[in-house]
Amino acid sequence: MTVDWFPLWLSLRVAGLSTLISLAIGLWVAYLLANREFRGKDLLDAAITLPLVLPPTVLGYYLLVLIGRQTPLGKLWEWIFGDPLVFTWQAAVVAAILHSLPLLVKWSRAALESVDHSYERAARSLGASEWRIFRRVSLPLAGRSILAATALCFARALGDFGVTIMIAGNIPGRTQTLSVAIYDAVEGGNGALARTLTIVVSLIAITVLAFVNRIARRQPA
Amino acid sequence: MIQARIRKHFRAFSLDVDFRAAAGVTVLFGASGAGKTLTLDCIAGFERPDEGRILLDDILLFDGAARVHLPPQRRHYGYVFQNYALFPHMTLRENLLFAAEKIPRLERHRRVKEMLERFQLADVEDRRPDQCSGGQRQRCSVARALVASPRLLLLDEPARGLDAPLRAELYEIIRQVRANFATPILLVTHDLDECFELGDEMLILREGRIVQSGTPREIADKPATLDVARLLGLHSVLEAEILQLDPQRNTSTLRVAGHQIAGQYYPGRLKGDRVWICVPHSSAIATPRNGSLGPNQIPATLERAHARPLGALLEFAGGYCAFAKDLSHNGDWTVEFPPASIHVLSR
Repeated sequence: MTVDWFPLWLSLRVAGLSTLISLAIGLWVAYLLANREFRGKDLLDAAITLPLVLPPTVLGYYLLVLIGRQTPLGKLWEWIFGDPLVFTWQAAVVAAILHSLPLLVKWSRAALESVDHSYERAARSLGASEWRIFRRVSLPLAGRSILAATALCFARALGDFGVTIMIAGNIPGRTQTLSVAIYDAVEGGNGALARTLTIVVSLIAITVLAFVNRIARRQPA
Repeated sequence: MIQARIRKHFRAFSLDVDFRAAAGVTVLFGASGAGKTLTLDCIAGFERPDEGRILLDDILLFDGAARVHLPPQRRHYGYVFQNYALFPHMTLRENLLFAAEKIPRLERHRRVKEMLERFQLADVEDRRPDQCSGGQRQRCSVARALVASPRLLLLDEPARGLDAPLRAELYEIIRQVRANFATPILLVTHDLDECFELGDEMLILREGRIVQSGTPREIADKPATLDVARLLGLHSVLEAEILQLDPQRNTSTLRVAGHQIAGQYYPGRLKGDRVWICVPHSSAIATPRNGSLGPNQIPATLERAHARPLGALLEFAGGYCAFAKDLSHNGDWTVEFPPASIHVLSR
């Protein structure tokens, strides 16, 4: 049996890219939620959490409405990049972000809030700007927890199925990610392929968990 | 020079203080919840007062009416936190460099080096705080607070939870800072010994108000009010009635617990006034009772004896105390209050 490894590479690429983007957005949002008081804070918190509780199909439908070819966002994308966003691997990245961002924000916020406030106060008393405090004090001290959260989000992004199939579809060799390929293999009666891919996904997940546990155990004094 | 007038109201507590502090150590003393740390945090800019005005030298830190409220970063003070708050992921040197960021690069390294040497940290400058001794951490936190040449040093119960040798070391550091840096030092504590060890001036806070200020010696000798006397815990506080006052001979007669004793003349008091008097524990003399009472002696029933490093503090029924070296006596006691040691409190 020859296995087509394309879904694995695609999934890794999608999960990697979406994790990076989630980290960039998520850290910033987590910082705002952890440190600032502003109007609409609860609303932002709720909006970030919403993808965790909505069914994937509902999310996928919302995304289609938001970034489909006829929508302003979809048209903007097409105007900039020349191709539509939906039913491409980039759409799978959007789907994965939707699943990893909420967790990343929640966990990073908890990590930032668990940093002893006296360090931040000390830094303020020493004249450091808020950005410098975040970069040099809060982030390094919360770093391990945030790294662990990032790894878990990577694993989460690797496994998305519902939203991905709604907005990226199931195009072999173009948008077929691991989870979708497994579904496809089972549907098509290709048990051997399904088993192989399942084992691969499981191994990746276990590796990530082992990594996270290692980080968690090596807490600084 | 720091001048602060701070008002801040909470539902069950309000802070209303007004004081100034020049170079030297000014101690903010009071029980837990008296508003000491809140006062410090208002000056540091961690808390925003409701009204008032805080002026550090010529910098206006806060003005309620003019809506000035400088962020902590622009207030130019050093703060020594209770747990030191040294950044655990940086070496001692990096901790100081972090604080010296605003100093031009060449000057910065020279200054950090100078501070590390001055506080005897040069040998351990590349260690992280968790690899250092308590004393080194302590010195580093003070050095870090001073590296950027602040105009004011704030210390929030720095000796809390320290054992006696470390405490002594800390006092020595603070005395050195007082001698070598011309900044006013505000020290929050609820440890009376610390006030006497370090304080040039002392402000006593109670329920958000300053109830007395002066040198520690003045306050200990003459607490202004009943509250202060009780807070210090250094005095027997007794209820008395003034029977006679003689300004010419500077004497008075008081009735305390049914006995007549002699006191000094108390200006502003009238014959017949019922007052609180206080006598320092160290001035009251306790002796085993034998026969008749001498002048200014009151019979006393021992309730409790508290062992102290030097002798014992005897606590008698009726709320008065005296020091005694000898504890072997088991019977009745008399306590003598020398006239010069009796001080009348205002209510």
